[in-house]
Amino acid sequence: MTQEEPHIVPYKTYIYILLALLVLTGISVAVTSIELGALTVTVALFLASVKSFLVLSYFMHLKFDNKIFAIMLIGILAIIIIVILITFLDYYYR
Amino acid sequence: MEKADAHTHRDDIAAKIGMWLFLFTEMFLFVGLFLVYSIYRFRNAEAFHQAAEELSTFMGTMNTVILLISSMTVAMSITSIQKGDKKLTLILLGSTIFLALLFLVNKYFEWGAKIGHGLYPGSPYLIDLGPGDTLFFGLYFFMTGLHAFHIIVGMIILGFVYHRVATERIHATDFVFLENGGLYWHLVDLIWIFLFPLFYLIT
Repeated sequence: MTQEEPHIVPYKTYIYILLALLVLTGISVAVTSIELGALTVTVALFLASVKSFLVLSYFMHLKFDNKIFAIMLIGILAIIIIVILITFLDYYYR
Repeated sequence: MEKADAHTHRDDIAAKIGMWLFLFTEMFLFVGLFLVYSIYRFRNAEAFHQAAEELSTFMGTMNTVILLISSMTVAMSITSIQKGDKKLTLILLGSTIFLALLFLVNKYFEWGAKIGHGLYPGSPYLIDLGPGDTLFFGLYFFMTGLHAFHIIVGMIILGFVYHRVATERIHATDFVFLENGGLYWHLVDLIWIFLFPLFYLIT
């Protein structure tokens, strides 16, 4: 067999990650209920990104799996960020 | 090593690369929609602000919690199958499917309330409110609807996974099908992680 030795993630890790995700959700609900103007969007999207990072690295096993998946994802995220930036710049300077 | 394994060609890494490539196309689909949302929000800031107030933060938060827990149960099912605990794997997968159903029930009541208030695409009330609100609710129904469709597909996939675990075609030494089903489910969760603040929180 050429399969790599699978990494068994303990149940506890998942519980900690879930708790972290729930706390982050609570924070984003609390923070966005205060009127902060433009800052609200920034804070909400920043917290969503932190949550995504946790889901991707732990629940989706990117942290433990073959590094090829993480490398592929970074490439795709770079493309996504470029597309978003170009669209926004285009609209902003119209 | 089992006899069958020696003869069948199996490549788990390739199977997962295939799954990730599919997930990337899904990400592009939703990123496109997020861009449409952002641009329209930018051009109709006041109407989007008013319209977003209509959405129930409580319902949205409930569904977020449900999806996060379901993501954890499906992630745990990989640990349990690796440990060869078939019963626990089935319980965890069953809970995930149940939580998915709960999410849809919530969505049903949420959409029902909106439609009950005359807020649905093409409604006379919405036309009176103007183009900004029409765009907001059009995007709201389309994006949460497309996401709910992914939930339904995810339930079907996890149903297949459940069946394969029950019939022992997925077991401690061959569980890439479960991993890929799980990856799909986590993607559905990831999309919601961004849909939730954009529609329910940023008002």
